[in-house]
Amino acid sequence: MYMNTNTRILAPEFDFARPASLAEAFALLRKHGRGARLLAGGTDLLVQMKMERLSPELVVSLAGVKELDGITMGDGLTIGAGTTIQSVSRSPAVGARFAALREACNAFSTVSIMYMGTLGGNICNASPAADTAPALLVHDASVIIASAGSERRVPLAEFFAGPGKTVLKPGEIVTEVRLPAPAAGTGSAFRKISRVVADISQVCAAVSLVRDGARITGCRIALGSVAPTPVRVARAEAALTGAEGTADAFAKAAEIVAEDIRPISDVRASESYRRHVARTIVRDALQTAWQRAGEGATK
Amino acid sequence: MKKQIVRFTLNGTPREFAVAANDLLLNVIREQEKLTGTKYGCGIGECGACTVHVDGRPVLSCLKLAVEAEGCEVVTIEGLAQGRELDPLQRSFLDNNAVQCGYCTPGMIMIGRTLLDETPNPTEEEVRSHMRGQLCRCTGYASIAKAVMGAGEYETKAFRMPAE
Repeated sequence: MYMNTNTRILAPEFDFARPASLAEAFALLRKHGRGARLLAGGTDLLVQMKMERLSPELVVSLAGVKELDGITMGDGLTIGAGTTIQSVSRSPAVGARFAALREACNAFSTVSIMYMGTLGGNICNASPAADTAPALLVHDASVIIASAGSERRVPLAEFFAGPGKTVLKPGEIVTEVRLPAPAAGTGSAFRKISRVVADISQVCAAVSLVRDGARITGCRIALGSVAPTPVRVARAEAALTGAEGTADAFAKAAEIVAEDIRPISDVRASESYRRHVARTIVRDALQTAWQRAGEGATK
Repeated sequence: MKKQIVRFTLNGTPREFAVAANDLLLNVIREQEKLTGTKYGCGIGECGACTVHVDGRPVLSCLKLAVEAEGCEVVTIEGLAQGRELDPLQRSFLDNNAVQCGYCTPGMIMIGRTLLDETPNPTEEEVRSHMRGQLCRCTGYASIAKAVMGAGEYETKAFRMPAE
Protein backbone atom coordinates (compact mmCIF):
# COMPACT_ATOMS: atom_id res chain seq x y z
CA MET A 1 0.00 0.00 0.00
CA TYR A 2 1.54 3.28 -1.05
CA MET A 3 1.62 5.88 1.71
CA ASN A 4 0.06 8.65 -0.34
CA THR A 5 -2.68 6.75 -2.13
CA ASN A 6 -6.14 8.15 -1.53
CA THR A 7 -8.34 5.08 -1.69
CA ARG A 8 -11.53 7.05 -1.02
CA ILE A 9 -11.75 7.95 -4.68
CA LEU A 10 -10.87 6.33 -7.96
CA ALA A 11 -8.57 8.90 -9.51
CA PRO A 12 -7.94 7.54 -13.04
CA GLU A 13 -10.48 8.61 -15.66
CA PHE A 14 -11.86 6.10 -18.12
CA ASP A 15 -14.86 5.26 -20.26
CA PHE A 16 -17.27 2.58 -19.12
CA ALA A 17 -19.08 0.02 -21.24
CA ARG A 18 -21.48 -2.72 -20.30
CA PRO A 19 -21.86 -5.08 -23.26
CA ALA A 20 -24.89 -7.38 -23.24
CA SER A 21 -23.15 -10.28 -24.98
CA LEU A 22 -19.74 -11.79 -25.60
CA ALA A 23 -19.91 -10.64 -29.23
CA GLU A 24 -20.32 -7.03 -28.09
CA ALA A 25 -17.49 -7.45 -25.59
CA PHE A 26 -15.13 -8.81 -28.29
CA ALA A 27 -15.96 -5.85 -30.54
CA LEU A 28 -15.05 -3.41 -27.74
CA LEU A 29 -11.82 -5.27 -27.00
CA ARG A 30 -10.87 -5.26 -30.67
CA LYS A 31 -11.47 -1.52 -30.93
CA HIS A 32 -9.56 -0.56 -27.79
CA GLY A 33 -6.82 -3.21 -27.72
CA ARG A 34 -4.58 -2.98 -24.68
CA GLY A 35 -6.39 0.16 -23.52
CA ALA A 36 -9.39 -1.91 -22.41
CA ARG A 37 -9.68 -3.88 -19.17
CA LEU A 38 -12.38 -6.35 -18.26
CA LEU A 39 -14.30 -5.75 -15.03
CA ALA A 40 -15.90 -8.69 -13.21
CA GLY A 41 -16.28 -8.42 -9.42
CA GLY A 42 -13.92 -5.44 -9.29
CA THR A 43 -12.32 -6.47 -6.01
CA ASP A 44 -8.89 -6.71 -7.64
CA LEU A 45 -9.17 -4.37 -10.64
CA LEU A 46 -10.52 -1.38 -8.71
CA VAL A 47 -7.86 -1.75 -6.02
CA GLN A 48 -5.15 -1.78 -8.68
CA MET A 49 -6.70 1.26 -10.35
CA LYS A 50 -6.86 3.08 -7.01
CA MET A 51 -3.15 2.35 -6.59
CA GLU A 52 -2.68 3.69 -10.13
CA ARG A 53 -0.92 0.51 -11.16
CA LEU A 54 -3.46 0.28 -13.97
CA SER A 55 -5.20 3.07 -15.82
CA PRO A 56 -7.28 1.66 -18.66
CA GLU A 57 -8.96 3.94 -21.22
CA LEU A 58 -12.01 1.73 -21.18
CA VAL A 59 -13.46 -0.47 -18.45
CA VAL A 60 -15.66 -3.21 -19.88
CA SER A 61 -18.09 -4.60 -17.30
CA LEU A 62 -18.99 -8.24 -17.86
CA ALA A 63 -22.02 -8.04 -15.55
CA GLY A 64 -24.41 -7.93 -18.51
CA VAL A 65 -22.88 -10.95 -20.26
CA LYS A 66 -25.23 -13.59 -18.89
CA GLU A 67 -23.62 -16.44 -20.83
CA LEU A 68 -20.62 -16.23 -18.46
CA ASP A 69 -22.69 -17.05 -15.37
CA GLY A 70 -23.60 -20.48 -14.12
CA ILE A 71 -22.52 -24.03 -13.41
CA THR A 72 -23.43 -26.87 -15.77
CA MET A 73 -22.98 -30.49 -14.92
CA GLY A 74 -22.13 -32.93 -17.65
CA ASP A 75 -19.64 -35.72 -17.37
CA GLY A 76 -17.47 -33.24 -15.49
CA LEU A 77 -18.33 -29.68 -14.56
CA THR A 78 -18.35 -26.44 -16.52
CA ILE A 79 -18.22 -23.26 -14.47
CA GLY A 80 -18.87 -19.97 -16.25
CA ALA A 81 -16.03 -17.51 -15.64
CA GLY A 82 -18.50 -14.95 -14.28
CA THR A 83 -19.85 -17.27 -11.59
CA THR A 84 -19.27 -15.76 -8.16
CA ILE A 85 -17.10 -17.48 -5.58
CA GLN A 86 -20.19 -17.60 -3.36
CA SER A 87 -22.17 -19.51 -6.01
CA VAL A 88 -19.30 -21.96 -6.51
CA SER A 89 -19.01 -22.52 -2.76
CA ARG A 90 -22.75 -23.26 -2.46
CA SER A 91 -23.08 -25.43 -5.56
CA PRO A 92 -24.09 -29.03 -4.69
CA ALA A 93 -22.44 -30.13 -7.95
CA VAL A 94 -19.11 -28.71 -6.73
CA GLY A 95 -19.51 -29.96 -3.17
CA ALA A 96 -20.23 -33.54 -4.19
CA ARG A 97 -17.13 -34.21 -6.27
CA PHE A 98 -14.73 -31.27 -5.95
CA ALA A 99 -14.10 -30.87 -2.23
CA ALA A 100 -10.83 -28.93 -2.66
CA LEU A 101 -12.56 -26.28 -4.76
CA ARG A 102 -15.46 -26.05 -2.31
CA GLU A 103 -13.04 -25.60 0.60
CA ALA A 104 -10.98 -23.02 -1.29
CA CYS A 105 -14.12 -21.01 -2.03
CA ASN A 106 -15.32 -21.27 1.57
CA ALA A 107 -11.95 -20.04 2.83
CA PHE A 108 -11.97 -17.17 0.35
CA SER A 109 -11.24 -13.74 1.81
CA THR A 110 -14.49 -12.25 3.16
CA VAL A 111 -18.18 -12.90 2.59
CA SER A 112 -18.74 -9.65 0.64
CA ILE A 113 -15.80 -10.47 -1.60
CA MET A 114 -17.17 -13.99 -2.11
CA TYR A 115 -20.41 -12.42 -3.35
CA MET A 116 -18.60 -9.90 -5.57
CA GLY A 117 -15.60 -11.87 -6.88
CA THR A 118 -15.81 -14.38 -9.70
CA LEU A 119 -13.95 -17.59 -10.42
CA GLY A 120 -12.72 -16.23 -13.76
CA GLY A 121 -11.57 -13.02 -12.09
CA ASN A 122 -9.65 -14.90 -9.43
CA ILE A 123 -7.59 -16.83 -11.97
CA CYS A 124 -7.22 -14.00 -14.53
CA ASN A 125 -5.86 -11.71 -11.82
CA ALA A 126 -3.11 -14.34 -11.64
CA SER A 127 -2.09 -13.72 -8.07
CA PRO A 128 0.40 -16.38 -6.91
CA ALA A 129 -1.81 -16.49 -3.78
CA ALA A 130 -5.17 -17.02 -5.55
CA ASP A 131 -7.07 -19.47 -3.36
CA THR A 132 -8.97 -21.20 -6.12
CA ALA A 133 -5.88 -21.85 -8.27
CA PRO A 134 -4.31 -24.78 -6.35
CA ALA A 135 -7.75 -26.37 -5.98
CA LEU A 136 -8.46 -26.04 -9.70
CA LEU A 137 -5.00 -27.44 -10.48
CA VAL A 138 -5.61 -30.62 -8.48
CA HIS A 139 -9.01 -30.98 -10.15
CA ASP A 140 -7.12 -30.89 -13.49
CA ALA A 141 -9.00 -27.80 -14.69
CA SER A 142 -8.73 -26.22 -18.12
CA VAL A 143 -9.84 -22.76 -19.10
CA ILE A 144 -11.73 -21.94 -22.26
CA ILE A 145 -10.36 -18.78 -23.81
CA ALA A 146 -12.51 -17.16 -26.47
CA SER A 147 -11.95 -14.30 -28.86
CA ALA A 148 -13.98 -13.03 -31.81
CA GLY A 149 -14.41 -16.10 -34.00
CA SER A 150 -12.14 -18.54 -32.17
CA GLU A 151 -11.81 -20.53 -29.00
CA ARG A 152 -8.95 -22.40 -27.38
CA ARG A 153 -8.65 -24.65 -24.39
CA VAL A 154 -5.65 -24.23 -22.11
CA PRO A 155 -4.82 -26.47 -19.14
CA LEU A 156 -4.76 -24.24 -16.05
CA ALA A 157 -1.20 -25.44 -15.37
CA GLU A 158 -0.14 -23.62 -18.57
CA PHE A 159 -2.30 -20.53 -18.00
CA PHE A 160 -0.21 -18.61 -15.46
CA ALA A 161 2.88 -16.81 -16.75
CA GLY A 162 4.04 -14.94 -13.63
CA PRO A 163 2.67 -12.72 -10.87
CA GLY A 164 -0.31 -10.92 -12.46
CA LYS A 165 0.49 -12.46 -15.84
CA THR A 166 -1.34 -15.05 -17.90
CA VAL A 167 -1.18 -16.37 -21.46
CA LEU A 168 -4.25 -14.28 -22.37
CA LYS A 169 -3.73 -12.15 -25.48
CA PRO A 170 -5.43 -8.82 -26.18
CA GLY A 171 -8.99 -9.43 -27.33
CA GLU A 172 -9.36 -12.70 -25.45
CA ILE A 173 -11.78 -13.51 -22.64
CA VAL A 174 -11.79 -16.51 -20.31
CA THR A 175 -15.33 -17.80 -20.65
CA GLU A 176 -15.34 -21.10 -18.78
CA VAL A 177 -13.44 -23.26 -16.36
CA ARG A 178 -13.85 -26.96 -17.06
CA LEU A 179 -13.28 -29.74 -14.57
CA PRO A 180 -13.16 -33.32 -15.83
CA ALA A 181 -15.08 -35.97 -13.88
CA PRO A 182 -12.79 -37.29 -11.13
CA ALA A 183 -11.74 -40.96 -11.35
CA ALA A 184 -13.63 -43.37 -9.07
CA GLY A 185 -12.07 -43.35 -5.59
CA THR A 186 -10.86 -39.75 -5.73
CA GLY A 187 -10.63 -37.60 -2.60
CA SER A 188 -9.42 -34.01 -2.41
CA ALA A 189 -8.79 -31.29 0.16
CA PHE A 190 -7.64 -27.67 0.49
CA ARG A 191 -5.80 -25.99 3.37
CA LYS A 192 -4.76 -22.40 3.88
CA ILE A 193 -2.71 -20.53 6.43
CA SER A 194 -3.11 -16.79 6.78
CA ARG A 195 -2.47 -14.30 9.58
CA VAL A 196 -6.18 -13.78 10.14
CA VAL A 197 -8.84 -15.73 8.28
CA ALA A 198 -9.78 -12.91 5.89
CA ASP A 199 -6.16 -12.34 4.85
CA ILE A 200 -4.36 -13.35 1.69
CA SER A 201 -2.76 -16.75 2.26
CA GLN A 202 0.78 -17.10 3.52
CA VAL A 203 0.63 -20.56 2.00
CA CYS A 204 -2.29 -22.49 0.54
CA ALA A 205 -2.31 -26.04 -0.74
CA ALA A 206 -4.67 -28.45 -2.44
CA VAL A 207 -4.27 -32.16 -3.00
CA SER A 208 -6.19 -34.91 -4.71
CA LEU A 209 -5.62 -38.63 -4.38
CA VAL A 210 -7.08 -41.58 -6.24
CA ARG A 211 -7.39 -44.52 -3.91
CA ASP A 212 -7.55 -48.19 -4.78
CA GLY A 213 -7.77 -50.09 -1.50
CA ALA A 214 -4.57 -49.33 0.41
CA ARG A 215 -2.76 -47.94 -2.63
CA ILE A 216 -2.58 -44.52 -4.22
CA THR A 217 -3.09 -44.76 -7.96
CA GLY A 218 -3.13 -41.06 -8.77
CA CYS A 219 -1.99 -37.91 -7.01
CA ARG A 220 -1.92 -34.15 -7.57
CA ILE A 221 -0.45 -31.60 -5.19
CA ALA A 222 -0.58 -27.85 -5.83
CA LEU A 223 0.33 -24.81 -3.76
CA GLY A 224 -0.16 -21.06 -3.78
CA SER A 225 2.00 -18.24 -2.36
CA VAL A 226 5.19 -20.30 -2.69
CA ALA A 227 6.38 -19.39 -6.21
CA PRO A 228 5.76 -16.72 -8.89
CA THR A 229 2.68 -18.68 -9.99
CA PRO A 230 0.49 -21.35 -8.38
CA VAL A 231 2.50 -24.57 -8.81
CA ARG A 232 2.23 -28.33 -8.79
CA VAL A 233 4.96 -30.35 -7.12
CA ALA A 234 5.75 -33.15 -9.55
CA ARG A 235 8.38 -34.94 -7.43
CA ALA A 236 6.01 -35.27 -4.46
CA GLU A 237 3.20 -36.47 -6.74
CA ALA A 238 5.50 -39.12 -8.23
CA ALA A 239 6.61 -40.24 -4.78
CA LEU A 240 3.03 -41.00 -3.77
CA THR A 241 1.75 -42.50 -7.01
CA GLY A 242 1.82 -46.27 -6.59
CA ALA A 243 2.68 -46.04 -2.89
CA GLU A 244 0.54 -47.16 0.01
CA GLY A 245 -1.50 -44.40 1.66
CA THR A 246 0.26 -44.32 5.03
CA ALA A 247 1.02 -41.48 7.42
CA ASP A 248 4.69 -42.09 6.71
CA ALA A 249 4.23 -41.77 2.92
CA PHE A 250 2.26 -38.54 3.39
CA ALA A 251 4.95 -37.09 5.68
CA LYS A 252 7.66 -37.94 3.13
CA ALA A 253 5.72 -36.34 0.30
CA ALA A 254 5.16 -33.24 2.42
CA GLU A 255 8.90 -33.11 3.06
CA ILE A 256 9.56 -33.12 -0.69
CA VAL A 257 7.04 -30.29 -1.10
CA ALA A 258 8.88 -28.21 1.52
CA GLU A 259 12.16 -28.79 -0.36
CA ASP A 260 10.90 -28.20 -3.90
CA ILE A 261 8.84 -25.03 -3.51
CA ARG A 262 10.48 -21.64 -4.06
CA PRO A 263 8.88 -19.27 -1.55
CA ILE A 264 10.13 -15.75 -0.88
CA SER A 265 10.20 -13.71 2.32
CA ASP A 266 7.79 -10.79 2.15
CA VAL A 267 5.44 -8.77 4.36
CA ARG A 268 3.19 -11.77 4.89
CA ALA A 269 5.69 -14.47 5.85
CA SER A 270 9.33 -15.51 5.71
CA GLU A 271 10.66 -18.13 3.36
CA SER A 272 11.43 -20.57 6.17
CA TYR A 273 8.00 -20.14 7.74
CA ARG A 274 6.39 -20.83 4.37
CA ARG A 275 8.39 -24.04 3.91
CA HIS A 276 7.50 -25.17 7.43
CA VAL A 277 3.81 -24.43 7.01
CA ALA A 278 3.68 -25.94 3.52
CA ARG A 279 4.97 -29.22 4.95
CA THR A 280 2.30 -29.24 7.66
CA ILE A 281 -0.72 -28.29 5.57
CA VAL A 282 0.18 -30.63 2.70
CA ARG A 283 0.49 -33.53 5.15
CA ASP A 284 -2.88 -32.66 6.73
CA ALA A 285 -4.55 -32.22 3.35
CA LEU A 286 -3.21 -35.59 2.16
CA GLN A 287 -4.65 -37.31 5.25
CA THR A 288 -8.04 -35.66 4.72
CA ALA A 289 -8.12 -36.44 0.99
CA TRP A 290 -7.15 -40.06 1.70
CA GLN A 291 -10.02 -40.44 4.18
CA ARG A 292 -12.44 -38.86 1.75
CA ALA A 293 -11.23 -41.15 -1.03
CA GLY A 294 -11.93 -44.09 1.25
CA GLU A 295 -15.49 -43.05 2.01
CA GLY A 296 -16.72 -44.87 -1.06
CA ALA A 297 -18.35 -42.14 -3.06
CA THR A 298 -16.09 -39.81 -5.00
CA LYS A 299 -15.56 -36.63 -3.04
CA MET B 1 -15.07 14.13 -16.73
CA LYS B 2 -18.23 13.44 -18.74
CA LYS B 3 -21.25 12.60 -16.62
CA GLN B 4 -23.86 10.00 -17.36
CA ILE B 5 -27.18 9.25 -15.76
CA VAL B 6 -27.44 6.13 -13.61
CA ARG B 7 -30.81 4.97 -12.32
CA PHE B 8 -31.26 2.64 -9.38
CA THR B 9 -33.55 2.15 -6.41
CA LEU B 10 -32.05 3.55 -3.23
CA ASN B 11 -33.72 2.45 0.01
CA GLY B 12 -36.93 1.70 -1.87
CA THR B 13 -37.10 4.94 -3.87
CA PRO B 14 -36.22 5.05 -7.59
CA ARG B 15 -33.46 7.65 -7.97
CA GLU B 16 -31.25 8.96 -10.71
CA PHE B 17 -27.81 10.48 -10.39
CA ALA B 18 -25.43 12.20 -12.77
CA VAL B 19 -22.14 10.37 -12.26
CA ALA B 20 -18.74 10.04 -13.89
CA ALA B 21 -17.52 6.56 -14.83
CA ASN B 22 -14.98 6.67 -12.00
CA ASP B 23 -17.45 7.71 -9.29
CA LEU B 24 -17.75 5.06 -6.61
CA LEU B 25 -21.14 3.94 -5.32
CA LEU B 26 -19.92 4.84 -1.81
CA ASN B 27 -19.35 8.47 -2.74
CA VAL B 28 -22.63 8.84 -4.62
CA ILE B 29 -24.47 7.55 -1.53
CA ARG B 30 -22.53 9.76 0.87
CA GLU B 31 -21.98 12.94 -1.12
CA GLN B 32 -24.83 13.18 -3.60
CA GLU B 33 -27.56 11.58 -1.49
CA LYS B 34 -26.01 12.78 1.82
CA LEU B 35 -26.60 9.38 3.41
CA THR B 36 -23.52 9.31 5.61
CA GLY B 37 -24.29 6.11 7.51
CA THR B 38 -22.23 4.11 5.02
CA LYS B 39 -18.58 4.70 5.92
CA TYR B 40 -15.29 4.99 4.06
CA GLY B 41 -12.75 2.89 5.93
CA CYS B 42 -9.84 1.36 4.02
CA GLY B 43 -11.01 1.82 0.43
CA ILE B 44 -9.52 -1.52 -0.66
CA GLY B 45 -12.00 -4.09 0.57
CA GLU B 46 -10.34 -5.04 3.83
CA CYS B 47 -12.51 -3.46 6.53
CA GLY B 48 -16.19 -3.77 5.54
CA ALA B 49 -17.20 -0.28 6.77
CA CYS B 50 -18.74 0.58 3.38
CA THR B 51 -20.96 -2.53 3.14
CA VAL B 52 -24.38 -1.99 1.53
CA HIS B 53 -26.87 -4.40 -0.05
CA VAL B 54 -27.18 -4.53 -3.83
CA ASP B 55 -30.06 -6.76 -4.95
CA GLY B 56 -30.02 -8.31 -1.48
CA ARG B 57 -26.33 -9.21 -1.51
CA PRO B 58 -23.57 -7.62 0.54
CA VAL B 59 -21.40 -5.32 -1.57
CA LEU B 60 -18.39 -3.19 -0.68
CA SER B 61 -19.49 0.19 -2.02
CA CYS B 62 -15.89 1.49 -2.06
CA LEU B 63 -15.09 -1.10 -4.76
CA LYS B 64 -18.24 -0.64 -6.82
CA LEU B 65 -18.57 1.84 -9.66
CA ALA B 66 -21.78 3.82 -9.34
CA VAL B 67 -22.52 3.11 -13.03
CA GLU B 68 -22.58 -0.60 -12.18
CA ALA B 69 -25.63 -0.04 -9.96
CA GLU B 70 -27.83 0.71 -13.00
CA GLY B 71 -31.19 -1.01 -12.52
CA CYS B 72 -30.25 -2.44 -9.11
CA GLU B 73 -31.88 -2.20 -5.70
CA VAL B 74 -29.44 -0.58 -3.30
CA VAL B 75 -30.12 -0.56 0.44
CA THR B 76 -27.99 1.30 2.98
CA ILE B 77 -28.12 1.33 6.76
CA GLU B 78 -30.62 4.20 6.52
CA GLY B 79 -32.99 1.93 4.61
CA LEU B 80 -33.05 -0.95 7.06
CA ALA B 81 -35.59 0.46 9.51
CA GLN B 82 -39.22 0.49 8.34
CA GLY B 83 -40.12 4.10 9.01
CA ARG B 84 -39.58 4.53 12.77
CA GLU B 85 -39.54 0.75 13.24
CA LEU B 86 -35.97 -0.46 13.77
CA ASP B 87 -34.69 -3.64 12.21
CA PRO B 88 -34.46 -6.39 14.87
CA LEU B 89 -30.67 -6.42 14.46
CA GLN B 90 -30.49 -2.69 15.15
CA ARG B 91 -32.56 -3.24 18.29
CA SER B 92 -30.27 -6.05 19.35
CA PHE B 93 -27.18 -3.85 18.81
CA LEU B 94 -28.71 -1.24 21.14
CA ASP B 95 -29.66 -3.68 23.87
CA ASN B 96 -26.31 -5.49 23.72
CA ASN B 97 -24.29 -2.27 23.79
CA ALA B 98 -22.61 -3.45 20.60
CA VAL B 99 -21.67 0.09 19.57
CA GLN B 100 -18.56 1.83 20.79
CA CYS B 101 -17.25 4.56 18.50
CA GLY B 102 -19.86 3.48 15.95
CA TYR B 103 -17.78 3.75 12.80
CA CYS B 104 -17.94 0.04 11.91
CA THR B 105 -21.55 -0.35 13.08
CA PRO B 106 -23.41 0.30 9.79
CA GLY B 107 -21.21 -2.21 7.97
CA MET B 108 -21.53 -4.71 10.81
CA ILE B 109 -25.32 -4.45 10.73
CA MET B 110 -25.54 -4.68 6.93
CA ILE B 111 -23.43 -7.84 6.76
CA GLY B 112 -25.08 -9.28 9.88
CA ARG B 113 -28.49 -8.83 8.25
CA THR B 114 -27.42 -11.00 5.29
CA LEU B 115 -26.44 -13.78 7.71
CA LEU B 116 -29.71 -13.58 9.66
CA ASP B 117 -31.78 -13.68 6.47
CA GLU B 118 -30.45 -17.20 5.86
CA THR B 119 -29.66 -18.30 9.42
CA PRO B 120 -32.05 -16.67 11.93
CA ASN B 121 -30.29 -18.13 14.99
CA PRO B 122 -26.60 -18.36 14.13
CA THR B 123 -23.91 -19.80 16.39
CA GLU B 124 -20.99 -17.62 17.46
CA GLU B 125 -18.76 -19.49 15.02
CA GLU B 126 -21.17 -18.77 12.14
CA VAL B 127 -21.33 -15.11 13.13
CA ARG B 128 -17.56 -14.72 13.34
CA SER B 129 -17.03 -16.52 10.04
CA HIS B 130 -19.67 -14.53 8.18
CA MET B 131 -18.42 -11.23 9.62
CA ARG B 132 -14.71 -11.94 9.20
CA GLY B 133 -14.44 -9.08 6.73
CA GLN B 134 -15.64 -6.41 9.19
CA LEU B 135 -13.05 -4.69 11.33
CA CYS B 136 -13.83 -2.91 14.61
CA ARG B 137 -10.97 -0.72 15.78
CA CYS B 138 -12.51 -0.51 19.23
CA THR B 139 -12.26 -4.35 19.22
CA GLY B 140 -15.83 -4.66 20.44
CA TYR B 141 -16.25 -8.00 18.73
CA ALA B 142 -17.69 -9.91 21.70
CA SER B 143 -20.71 -7.61 22.04
CA ILE B 144 -21.17 -7.44 18.29
CA ALA B 145 -21.23 -11.23 17.98
CA LYS B 146 -23.67 -11.40 20.90
CA ALA B 147 -25.95 -8.84 19.25
CA VAL B 148 -26.08 -10.80 15.99
CA MET B 149 -26.64 -14.11 17.78
CA GLY B 150 -29.42 -12.56 19.85
CA ALA B 151 -31.18 -10.72 17.03
CA GLY B 152 -33.64 -13.57 16.51
CA GLU B 153 -35.38 -12.63 19.77
CA TYR B 154 -36.26 -9.23 18.36
CA GLU B 155 -37.87 -10.58 15.20
CA THR B 156 -41.20 -10.77 16.98
CA LYS B 157 -40.86 -7.78 19.30
CA ALA B 158 -41.62 -4.44 17.73
CA PHE B 159 -39.56 -1.44 18.76
CA ARG B 160 -40.17 2.12 17.77
CA MET B 161 -37.67 4.88 17.88
CA PRO B 162 -38.96 7.83 19.89
CA ALA B 163 -40.68 10.41 17.68
CA GLU B 164 -38.46 13.27 16.58
